[in-house]
Amino acid sequence: MTAVVPTTTLAGSSKGGVRAFKNSLATVLVTAAFGIALIPLVWLLWTVVSKGLKTLTQSGWWTSSQRNITFRKPGGGVWHAILGTAEQVLLCTLISVPIALLVGIYLIEYGGGRLAKLTSFMVDILTGIPSIVAALFIYAVFITTFHGQRAGIYVSLALVMLMVPVIVRTTEEMLKLVPNELREASYALGVPKWKTIVKIVVPTAFSGIVTGIMLGIARVAGETAPLLILVGYSPDTNSNLLSGFQGSLPGMIYAQVPQLGNTRFHYAADRMWGTALTLIIIVMGLNLVARLVARRSKVSN
Amino acid sequence: MTDQESRDRERARAMAEREATHASDTPDDYRGNADPNGVGVIPSSSALATPALADAPVSGSGVGAFGARGKVRIGDKVFRYLTAGAGMFVCILITLVAVFLLAKAIPSIANDKVNFFTSRAWQVSGSTLEFGIVDLLWTTVLSSVFAMLLAVPVAIGIALFITQYAPRQLARPVAFVVDLLAAIPSIVYGVFGITVFAPKLHGIIDFLNRYLGWIPLFKKQISDPGTVFAGGIILAIMILPIITAIAREVYERTPRENVEAAWALGATKWEMVRLSVLPYGKPGVISGAMLGLGRALGETIAITLILVAPPSGAPFSPSLFYGGETFASKIANAAAEFNNPTQTGAYIAAGLVLFVLTFAVNAAARIVVNRRREFS
Amino acid sequence: MAKRIEAKNLNIYYSKFLAVSEVNFTIAPRSVTAFIGPSGCGKSTVLRTINRMHEVIAGAHVQGDVLLDGESIYGSAVDPVDVRRTIGMVFQRPNPFPTMSIYDNVVAGLKLQSGRIKKAELDDTVEKSLRGANLWEEVKDRLGKPGAGLSGGQQQRLCIARAIAVEPQVLLMDEPCSALDPISTLAIEDLIQSLKEKYTIVIVTHNMQQAARVSERTAFFNLAGVGRPGQLVEIDDTQKIFSNPSEQRTEDYISGRFG
Repeated sequence: MTAVVPTTTLAGSSKGGVRAFKNSLATVLVTAAFGIALIPLVWLLWTVVSKGLKTLTQSGWWTSSQRNITFRKPGGGVWHAILGTAEQVLLCTLISVPIALLVGIYLIEYGGGRLAKLTSFMVDILTGIPSIVAALFIYAVFITTFHGQRAGIYVSLALVMLMVPVIVRTTEEMLKLVPNELREASYALGVPKWKTIVKIVVPTAFSGIVTGIMLGIARVAGETAPLLILVGYSPDTNSNLLSGFQGSLPGMIYAQVPQLGNTRFHYAADRMWGTALTLIIIVMGLNLVARLVARRSKVSN
Repeated sequence: MTDQESRDRERARAMAEREATHASDTPDDYRGNADPNGVGVIPSSSALATPALADAPVSGSGVGAFGARGKVRIGDKVFRYLTAGAGMFVCILITLVAVFLLAKAIPSIANDKVNFFTSRAWQVSGSTLEFGIVDLLWTTVLSSVFAMLLAVPVAIGIALFITQYAPRQLARPVAFVVDLLAAIPSIVYGVFGITVFAPKLHGIIDFLNRYLGWIPLFKKQISDPGTVFAGGIILAIMILPIITAIAREVYERTPRENVEAAWALGATKWEMVRLSVLPYGKPGVISGAMLGLGRALGETIAITLILVAPPSGAPFSPSLFYGGETFASKIANAAAEFNNPTQTGAYIAAGLVLFVLTFAVNAAARIVVNRRREFS
Repeated sequence: MAKRIEAKNLNIYYSKFLAVSEVNFTIAPRSVTAFIGPSGCGKSTVLRTINRMHEVIAGAHVQGDVLLDGESIYGSAVDPVDVRRTIGMVFQRPNPFPTMSIYDNVVAGLKLQSGRIKKAELDDTVEKSLRGANLWEEVKDRLGKPGAGLSGGQQQRLCIARAIAVEPQVLLMDEPCSALDPISTLAIEDLIQSLKEKYTIVIVTHNMQQAARVSERTAFFNLAGVGRPGQLVEIDDTQKIFSNPSEQRTEDYISGRFG
């Protein structure tokens, strides 16, 4: 054998021009991908802030409703919408949290069986259910079948279907992080399983679960489709979840849309951007707080 | 001792060791349905034969240290049933969704004067019902697939950037920024899309139309900015975070050995990524893409605001540069006029198709993920 | 209060896999018994059957019986929760409850078992148990601080205090020093010497010197042979096991010829 072994040096051209070029190109493209994601975020936030900020500083924005205010008039506020959204989301949270916690506990602490596997699959399906389908379902049950009238409570019920899977998944993740040693320590002290779960496992995972709940709230607070179908929109303050149209932040944005093209009166457009900014502040605020809570819990672990 | 014997012994010991660590440390299936309160104890015949047990009255009149039964067990039982009940509730809920949507849709479909699946008509306010979903299906699928095709490469790029390229201090903020995209409510995407974003696309649309207009997909049909093209791009931005999150997760889990094997072969960074990270993450990214697709199919309000509905009777166009209605936007646009059951039933039928569509896509995505999990 | 432990024809399974077969022994009250043997021989598994902890693993079950002062802990009327109240356990790695203070950790078992207890009574228990675990002097000024803030050795003694706070009759220790430094190990070994006056103690250890130092009796476990389950080779006075065991296999293990 007289094969000639090509000599290469460490610093030399062993990586070849084409390979080096491909490598650089990949680096550029990958970095550019992040830039591509950044553009819409910055653009969108900038648009909403620049167009909405002046409305937020108007007097009465946070305290009054849109009663007797039309697209031809300035003024009015967002209070009725905040109240409606807060009520609907609060009721939804009160219903969702216990169900989701129990489901999460079931899947992690009692899981493994057939029902658990099915449940886990169904939670996945629930995660993927479009909000409009959830809304149609609630409509089909409570309004077509039981002849209810559109009301805020039905929005809450539709939102439950969207919130439950979010909290279930975070609860699961957090319970998985609880070391088994703690469960064993508790059993070895003669503590029954359910008390071990309630007093040891869940408290250990608590801050993580709170994060999940807040992310769930943030997810449903901006939902619009169920509002259109199940409650409509009212410019008046209506604190009754059980009857009548109700204001809400997404509903208020949607209600301004028909007047966006109006070149004589810009009040509706201003109001819309103001409401959008208000909604973003609330939802993103919840998100940020949730992430801070999550980070803090990781430190203590 | 022969070689064979010692090998066998080694193997047996390794097995027993595995069992033992299984016992003393934290076994994987520990959280399974094992009941720490004593299911699965098989009292043996030898135990029953021991005189000691005969001494201990089984009837349990509070004898000895372990008399008190009952109270504790009830707590466990109740709690177990409570959690299982919640699980069952979720299963029943999904079933009910299917049942109710079916029950409300069937009468209307039965009264439909045209074919539900192949007709382009949508006349539900008059005395005769004529509705079909073919247009809705096309717009829904076109916009969602377009969005997915746009989002996936970008998501892969960002996920690679976060997991492989960015310095540690930068990776976290970048991930955070992408997650922020998911925190923006869809109605805000909608109003941003239609008022600010879509009008800026004229240049691109004209350009594509000039050079690719001979392909029906790129033929400019309307001058209104509310095109499937604009809607699809907004959808792509909306589903970017979920695909990125999943791609990131799988790329992070690339086994060290695979990465190091590539390095040891003298690979460049890109070659390492192509050889080990990308193939390893492929199933995860596919399922992430499908989850994103599912999200896009059902997205309602942003697409409702952006898409301009063509007048009824307008000829069909497959183009991206055309308006249209998706299942979700059709329902949302009509939400205020749900008056009589048969008319509403037509929209519920559309909702049912959307439900089936998203169910199928999501289930497929989960199956890919789960199969993957079994291998790794 | 300490009790005698007897194992009778004990076979331990993980699902269909027979991990340990035909174990028989008697452990006298107020004594320290060490379980030694190569890893994977089932000594921890046997330990966990003594307070029915092995059952928390799916599929694990036993045949045969374990008796506590003549009373079966596997009888059909016996609640495993009660068994574990009577037979405490300390684990390999210290595992104080991270959400609880030192004080709450010590009384966790009491509180979770029986709900309302008078504050004064709890205070007494905390002091008594921490003194019993040789930890009182080190932590008495910071009982409200989280238990996770202690050093590894202190955490392990906290776990011992937690285990003895519920006044068990037997204390099982599963390699309690394997995650600790030598000084903390010494502290735990001293503690074991004082605890044996009140409790029957069974300790699993990998460390033969430790077994020789702390125990009166030693049980040697090993695999019964190629592909066979673990078994108890012999149990005898520690001194005899380490100087003149009856079984050749024990001799081989002790003298480091295998394992």
